[in-house]
Amino acid sequence: MSESPKSSMDGAQALVKCLEAQGVEYIFGLSGGSAIPIFDALITIETKIQLILVRHEQGAAHMADGYARATGKPGVVLVTSGPGATNTITGIMTAHMDSVPMIILTGQTISSMIGKDAFQEADVFGLTMPVVKHSYLLKDPNDIPRVVKEAFHIAVTGRPGPVLRDLPKDISAGAFTGELDPPMNLPGYYPFREVNIDDVKAIAEAIQHSSRPVILAGHGALISRAEKEVVQLAETIQAPVTTTFLGKGVIPETHPLSLGMLGMHGTAYANKAVVECDLIMSIGSRFDDRIIGQASRFCKDAVRIHIDVDEAEIDKMIKVHHSCVGDAKAVLQELLKHVSALDTADWLRRVDGFKTKYPLRYGKQAGLKPQQILVELYQMTGGNIVVTTDVGQHQMWAAQFLRTSRPRDFIGSGGAGTMGFGFPAAIGAQFGRPKEQVWAIVGDGGFQMTLCELATACVNKLPIKILVLNNHYLGMVRQWQELFYDDRESGVDLAGNPDFAKLADSYPGAKGVTLKRTADIRKILQRAMDYNDGPCVINAECEKTENVFPMIPAGRPLEDMLIERPKTKLSKPTGST
Amino acid sequence: MSFEQHTHTLSVYVANRPGVLARIAQVFSRRGYNIESLVVSPANDGDFSRMTIGLSGASEGLEQIVRQVGKLVDVISCMEHADDTAVVRELALVKVRVEAERRMEVLQIVEHFACKTVDLTDTSMIIMSTGASEKVAAFIRMIRSFEVVELVRTGKVLMARGDQPT
Repeated sequence: MSESPKSSMDGAQALVKCLEAQGVEYIFGLSGGSAIPIFDALITIETKIQLILVRHEQGAAHMADGYARATGKPGVVLVTSGPGATNTITGIMTAHMDSVPMIILTGQTISSMIGKDAFQEADVFGLTMPVVKHSYLLKDPNDIPRVVKEAFHIAVTGRPGPVLRDLPKDISAGAFTGELDPPMNLPGYYPFREVNIDDVKAIAEAIQHSSRPVILAGHGALISRAEKEVVQLAETIQAPVTTTFLGKGVIPETHPLSLGMLGMHGTAYANKAVVECDLIMSIGSRFDDRIIGQASRFCKDAVRIHIDVDEAEIDKMIKVHHSCVGDAKAVLQELLKHVSALDTADWLRRVDGFKTKYPLRYGKQAGLKPQQILVELYQMTGGNIVVTTDVGQHQMWAAQFLRTSRPRDFIGSGGAGTMGFGFPAAIGAQFGRPKEQVWAIVGDGGFQMTLCELATACVNKLPIKILVLNNHYLGMVRQWQELFYDDRESGVDLAGNPDFAKLADSYPGAKGVTLKRTADIRKILQRAMDYNDGPCVINAECEKTENVFPMIPAGRPLEDMLIERPKTKLSKPTGST
Repeated sequence: MSFEQHTHTLSVYVANRPGVLARIAQVFSRRGYNIESLVVSPANDGDFSRMTIGLSGASEGLEQIVRQVGKLVDVISCMEHADDTAVVRELALVKVRVEAERRMEVLQIVEHFACKTVDLTDTSMIIMSTGASEKVAAFIRMIRSFEVVELVRTGKVLMARGDQPT
């Protein structure tokens, strides 16, 4: 023991060794005073970990998030104290809302100065408390290995989430004399639960009595890698499957039983099927307000079943008849032993009727339609691309028209609705999936929030395609104002946009192209696909006032879905957003 | 929609770590629950602490909050206890300004409620009342006929009866 070389290490060097032991490939970060020992350790310790230097800390968090969603492995963020740390909070909250595993390392002022308003001091432990799964403020360099081990364990197990470690500079710079692989000490954390067989049998029994079942698959099904089981269950009981926005890819959207996404801007056939079903089974979704509309009327006469790894989700939004707490894959594997084939032919015929009668559609007259660009992108790639989105109209169009066939191919900020997420998330996804073609579908509003990361993409020669569906508006809000506020536009006009193609051209290694005419869609998209020396920005000058339909006004039941723009005036929505 | 307001007593067993109280308090405040009393003390095993939390708020949704507290990494268990399955006690200290001539009247009340005087001066006394919250409250009502200068209550502590864990 006494000859161990570890005695000459400091806390930061021990930290890097521990991160490497966890299999970390990339750290997304931006340096600063109180994090210098950690950045120094990244070059003084021999390590395969690559530091990806970002241009703004929010970008680092979204990159780590995109990496995590694209790979299933936790993303790692390293920033300094004070503003460096607070800049990551939007990204941490985004990951927290969508149950994404993330490790955030923040530098902190030296221990003796904490609480004394030192330069770049912020109470990051306190500031982030509501948006992390767990957090640590380190007080001893020798605790670093245990805390790293615990943080990764907590981040990826059970319902995943972000874990933050605040690391005072004297701790990262202090001498390390401890064990590099100590045991964890988490007496209150037990994410692994045995599947309760009685719960599963009750669910199976309910299914067996159903004639119009619908499966609702969410992010939890993807996280637990239960896609095979979901499809097997759907095929066994012949139930159509709808997914949440985050659940896209659980079942191939080309599968005959797939209904696509449900909810506020989901497909009409998914929403109609949910309205008429006699049994709804959520697998790893939390019955988010954007998919249930009005909680009291959601599937009120149907048998409601909830499978979730997080017990606190059961009965939170929707009271259910049957539930099973556990990992989706484990629960479904057990459930598959207890269900037998169901005759739902009449039901599937009816659902297919909805598909025929209410397909996704858009007007083809007038200018360049964002939907048309996405349809052609889908046709050209066969959907075999990794897509990230921002938040807004373009996000909903992408979710509707880019059908997803594989898990982890469609990445967007769901619960948080974070604008500026899409492009940095694409950078993270491209690092995690280097062989895949990654497309960031963004709006002109969101892209401007994090486009400084073009430099990061250029330096790392990432061949990301950034499709800016540019309508010179904060389009989703404009749509609400048009529909519910007598077309009074307030705070939505993005006059002052740069020429995004020229902007891209000004970055070394990036390319910019402009798309204006419908007839040029394929040609321009192909040009972007052919450019692989760095990022390519496609500035698509779309029709400015296109709207997203179908739409369920916030707070209304699914029955009140609007298939197209109504002729009559609508009252203001009662739901929040 | 109006939910009935009720008082609830939760017992929370936690790892003795920095921030655990703040995390728990946040779960309640975010959902609009008011913590009325809170007792934190080291548990039998010193690595852990026991919290007894007295709350007022809608019964609707409390079960969900109990689960949310329970899933915090540092929380071992969180349970709501009904008064008939648990022993609930609290302690109050009451400082009364009283001259020598009326002291006997005060001591009669003290004796009736099985309280103790723990400090006595020419002009004041401190009385300690222990017992069920209702009993402590009844004592305070009575003693208010004298001049109460200061009042401190500990808040409820609770222990489940018999073999049940708290």
